[in-house]
Amino acid sequence: MKKEIIIAGFGGQGVLSMGKILAYSGLMEDKEVTWLPSYGPEQRGGTANVTVIISDERISSPILDSYDVAVVLNQQSLDKFESRVKPGGVLIYDSYGINRVPERTDIAVYRVNAMDATFEMQNVRAFNMLILGALLKVCPMVAVESVVKGLEKTLPERHHHLIPMNEAALRRGMELVNE
Amino acid sequence: MKPEEIIQQGECVYKKPTLLTDTNMHYCPGCSHGVVHKLIAEVIEEMGAEDKAIGVSPVGCAVFAYNYIDIDWVQAAHGRAPSVATALKRLNPDNLIFTYQGDGDLAAIGTCETIHAANRGENIAIIFINNAIYGMTGGQMAPTTLLGMKTATTPYGRRVDLNGHPLVMAPIMAQLDGTCYVTRQSVHTPAAVRKAKAAIRKAFENSMAGKGTSMVEIVSTCNSGWKLSPAKSNEWMIENMFKKYPLGDLKNE
Amino acid sequence: MESDIRLMKGNEALAHAMIRYGADGYFGYPITPQSEVLETLEAEMPWETTGMVVLQAESEVAAVNMVYAGAGSGKAVCTSSSSPGMSLMQEGVSYIAAAELPVLLINCMRGGPGLGTIQPSQADYFQTTKGGGHGDYRLIALAPSSVQEMCDFVALGWDLAFKYRNPAIILADGIVGQMMEKVVLPEQRPRRTQEELIKQCPWAATGRTNGRKRNVITSLELDAHAMEIINNNLQAKYKLIEDNEVRYEALNCDDCEYLLVAFGSMARICEKVMEMARKQGLKVGLLRPITLWPFPSKAIAEAAKNAKGILVPELSAGQMIEDVKLAVNCKVEVRHFGRLGGVVPNPDEVLEALRNMMNE
Repeated sequence: MKKEIIIAGFGGQGVLSMGKILAYSGLMEDKEVTWLPSYGPEQRGGTANVTVIISDERISSPILDSYDVAVVLNQQSLDKFESRVKPGGVLIYDSYGINRVPERTDIAVYRVNAMDATFEMQNVRAFNMLILGALLKVCPMVAVESVVKGLEKTLPERHHHLIPMNEAALRRGMELVNE
Repeated sequence: MKPEEIIQQGECVYKKPTLLTDTNMHYCPGCSHGVVHKLIAEVIEEMGAEDKAIGVSPVGCAVFAYNYIDIDWVQAAHGRAPSVATALKRLNPDNLIFTYQGDGDLAAIGTCETIHAANRGENIAIIFINNAIYGMTGGQMAPTTLLGMKTATTPYGRRVDLNGHPLVMAPIMAQLDGTCYVTRQSVHTPAAVRKAKAAIRKAFENSMAGKGTSMVEIVSTCNSGWKLSPAKSNEWMIENMFKKYPLGDLKNE
Repeated sequence: MESDIRLMKGNEALAHAMIRYGADGYFGYPITPQSEVLETLEAEMPWETTGMVVLQAESEVAAVNMVYAGAGSGKAVCTSSSSPGMSLMQEGVSYIAAAELPVLLINCMRGGPGLGTIQPSQADYFQTTKGGGHGDYRLIALAPSSVQEMCDFVALGWDLAFKYRNPAIILADGIVGQMMEKVVLPEQRPRRTQEELIKQCPWAATGRTNGRKRNVITSLELDAHAMEIINNNLQAKYKLIEDNEVRYEALNCDDCEYLLVAFGSMARICEKVMEMARKQGLKVGLLRPITLWPFPSKAIAEAAKNAKGILVPELSAGQMIEDVKLAVNCKVEVRHFGRLGGVVPNPDEVLEALRNMMNE
């Protein structure tokens, strides 16, 4: 198993931390993982993206031309990465703020209304966990239990009370997937 | 009669400090460096800190201080003695760490390091030899060169419009929260030498007690650079240098 | 004991590896993309646990002179920076090499020249392997290509630095610094006691104990003939390092018709290029120098014995390629591929350059 994933959106949407949680979940399953962010001023409000690779084998390049999965959370990211999904790959996008929907037919495209769901839930901070849930529903590369275990390991004790909320968001995200 | 018979232990009132080596000093006759070296050797000996002292020598005339005082030394790049001393003291907190710097080293190329080490309150002693000229490189202008003073690079005298003002370091150091002791001394008379020695001792004791940064400025002569005899240099220093750089404590906490 | 597996950035791994090595001190100044080294150390507060000193200096100039002093007193000390900051440090690096001090330096390279960019680059290869500062000196240069190597090379760098009384440098870049990967942290080693330190470093300025001659850390010798002897001794040491400390990784080099030579993060990209090429039936090998100095010249010559061409992809205008050409004595065509100023190529671009070379 080897999945090469790009997650892209606005800075502040939790793109980097979602990638981190995913990578950590892979680590919990004893897989090889690489997490490479775009870094610098763009982290502060511009577009941000992160490459996550999860593999059973040694990982070569952290820099990729094309991806098995692209998770795009704004229009710029969709425009940039739609063409770079491998044929037969997966594209997941949040519909909020999207004015041009994906056009490719040789890949599987999934729409997730996660931003709308955060309004319903009145919890905008759940956004990236909803997206991660959707991603894991489409590509079950790590188990939900591993995500929770990863959170337990990475979050400081004082934030552990937030883990059930995150797990709930993850499971809610799984229900939001639309083909 | 042999000298040993004349100089009996009970009658010995003065001797060369044991920490001064027998190496011939390269300093010019009349230079203040030799006296200050001797004072440092005496103070370390009297404190019994031979095995604790690590000196930091500068770039400048005193670069070879390590050939004259028989303790461990680290020779620093030009101006960086306070950084070197910072790390030595932080990594070896039980040691006595001092720098020995001239006016070019401390007040020109190393002003940044001097101010920041003092502002952090590093537990080090800084011995600052201010003779208002660059001795080693051949008598060029120092930041502390007085207005009107002729040097190799101010052949018609230092001018404000061309060269700016003399930099007076001690008040700058005194106003920093990290310093505990800032004083100006000289070594041109026996009385001045005794005072200078007491100041060095106090600075070294502050270092060991962890009280913060001490700076002992020694207003000095450079008769070669000033192109005056040693005696005339002292007179010139009293008349001119002491006006801009008056002796005494600026801070003593 | 269960091994300590973590997910962390290369820069964070450096910091943890320092603490676990039993380091005595770190002195640095923030600069992107390596500030996480100092940030991690300050957050970990090792002075509370191992007694390691951590200090944010007022400049890179101050920091490099702090490690000069620290190593001068026999301590295991480190400073890290990124390209412009490393340029500022070069005077101190020359002093450290001249005074034969076991300092660990780290450069997490970014694009230059000048203030340049904060994106990854490998354009400080010349600075690291050919000098940087003044005079005839060498740094033992280690080029990590993974977070695990960022971690491991801290211990390796210090071990080599103390073994040869010579500065070692980890030449990383913005990718390996900012990337997170799985890393197995080593067990915590105790810091050396002062007795152990003095035994290991009898030359260090630790305070002259009774009966011992004074130790002086200096690089000054005004007598040219005496200075020549000092230089000859340095050169003899460098020869010894060249004979004993060459490190590299060779992948698919036995049967290769085309050879990729790349270091650091570029070698990771090239590993993918090699995988892609092999899938297409092309006999491509990869030789990754781990020590940039001493350079694995013999290994490259050996790997290129039957090769039709060598491609040297670098995040620079072509620096290591000079050493590759010297290694094969221009018997094989050696070609450069590079992106400049912080741009990182995709594996596709490199594969295309390789194919162009093959098709000519």
